[in-house]
Amino acid sequence: MSPTGVVVAVVQVILTVAVAPLLVGMMRLIRARLEGRVGAPLRQPWRDLRKLLGKERMVSANTSIVFSLAPLVLLASATLVAGMVPFLSTTSALDQVGDLFAVVYLLLLGTVFLSLAGLDAGTAFGGMGASREMTIAAIAEPTLLVAIFALSVSTGSSNLGTIVADTLAHPARAASPASMLAFSALAVVTIAETGRIPVDNPSTHLELTMIHEAMILEYSGPDLALVELAAHLRLVVFLGLLANLFFPWGIATTAQPLHLVAAAGAVAVKLVVLAAVIAVVEVFIAKVRLFRVPELLAASFVLAFLAVTVSFFLA
Amino acid sequence: MSTTRFVQLLDLSAGLVLVTSFAALWLRRLVTVTWVIAVQGIALAAVAMVLGVHEHETELMLIALMVGALRGVVLPGLILRAVRAGDEHREVESLINVPAALLAASGLTLVAYATTRDVVALSSTPQVRALPLGIAVMLIGMLLIVTRRKAVLQIMGVLMLDNGIALVMFLGTSGVPLAVELGIASDVLLAMFILQVLTTRIRTKFGSTDLDQLRELRD
Repeated sequence: MSPTGVVVAVVQVILTVAVAPLLVGMMRLIRARLEGRVGAPLRQPWRDLRKLLGKERMVSANTSIVFSLAPLVLLASATLVAGMVPFLSTTSALDQVGDLFAVVYLLLLGTVFLSLAGLDAGTAFGGMGASREMTIAAIAEPTLLVAIFALSVSTGSSNLGTIVADTLAHPARAASPASMLAFSALAVVTIAETGRIPVDNPSTHLELTMIHEAMILEYSGPDLALVELAAHLRLVVFLGLLANLFFPWGIATTAQPLHLVAAAGAVAVKLVVLAAVIAVVEVFIAKVRLFRVPELLAASFVLAFLAVTVSFFLA
Repeated sequence: MSTTRFVQLLDLSAGLVLVTSFAALWLRRLVTVTWVIAVQGIALAAVAMVLGVHEHETELMLIALMVGALRGVVLPGLILRAVRAGDEHREVESLINVPAALLAASGLTLVAYATTRDVVALSSTPQVRALPLGIAVMLIGMLLIVTRRKAVLQIMGVLMLDNGIALVMFLGTSGVPLAVELGIASDVLLAMFILQVLTTRIRTKFGSTDLDQLRELRD
């Protein structure tokens, strides 16, 4: 583990944490403007987090240690993944210890703990949210794994940094049928896992079809701040994966400061474009019925499966 | 056309034929499924065209144009008329639900790859390596015929099965003589006409084209 790799990992984590709430604020602002509202300013999510962190911690007497532990596990896993995924450079120190399996299962660990916390308080809403989240995760996680696996077949390594560097070296690979199939599968998973329309509606509370908000209904104050920040981080991690696995241009393959700055600019542009596209599309589509969500996810699983088959047999 | 470009275009169009067959299983509205079948026909024509351009065969390019016109425009147009004529539900009715159908179809794709391994091992040209896609489309077409209840959708299944056979034919033999292709095309067209007439007869006689209700034979 080289010292420069450690620096890269730390810089990546700091930048991701700083940028994630701003990106969410941007998506909300775009949505508000398209709906004809003025909308909250860009840094509103940061203000919300600061307000929540200043409040008193309130925990229901019926909850166990899992309830207090869940926000910490969720945030810790999201932060760790933010350091592992090749955002700025393919030479992050954490990237060498963890591959795509580690990334996928760290993300799943957060999901599982949040669902447990939803069940822990014993409220009807929390249980419903947890059961729905598990239904979605059961199909979304294997899809995520299989979709990235399609890319790793042609590279011959399950290391995310190696996959990205290899795509950078063979630009034609980004336009192959396998990579296009994997991209569409991963896009659906990103939307499902980050709770965006058409799977979940991030802007409403107390709606009968909500998933993420139902699980975190019992949280308040600093705990809620941690959960919210982790949710923002997960959005950035998924969008960053989508951006850098399929359009790796601009990422640094060394740890030189100048390259890192350029890479930060490139990844910021990619994230803003992806987030803007999602926000704009969300305005025009309706949420699908909950019972149709597994159909959507099954389709994305099949796309990922086809991507692996195609990259295995045709390449 | 350079070799890598040829391989990419061939994989892309053959892959599109397979993806459209999955889309036909996934979508629910009959009209949309018909459009998907039309796209599949065009993709099939693209496979033939790519092969024709690569091998500098004018006859194959001619066949590609004909396949595109027949399977991309004429036959889906006929099916679209049948769908529009049916006044009942415009939604797909299936014996198994959509996720199960999709999973079954991915299983069938694996079967196609597994059974053609020896054939692919014989020669490693890009055409032969894409051959399992054609087998997979054939199997998915059969799945469509077996699981759907509407006569119209079973016609689409037959068409998909035939698209798969045509794909295997193009990839395996680099195109057959024009006379043979003409014969196949007129056969398919004739079969479509007969099925169309049959569907109309079923509908006027029984009021719907749900084939599950046709269990008994009567004089």
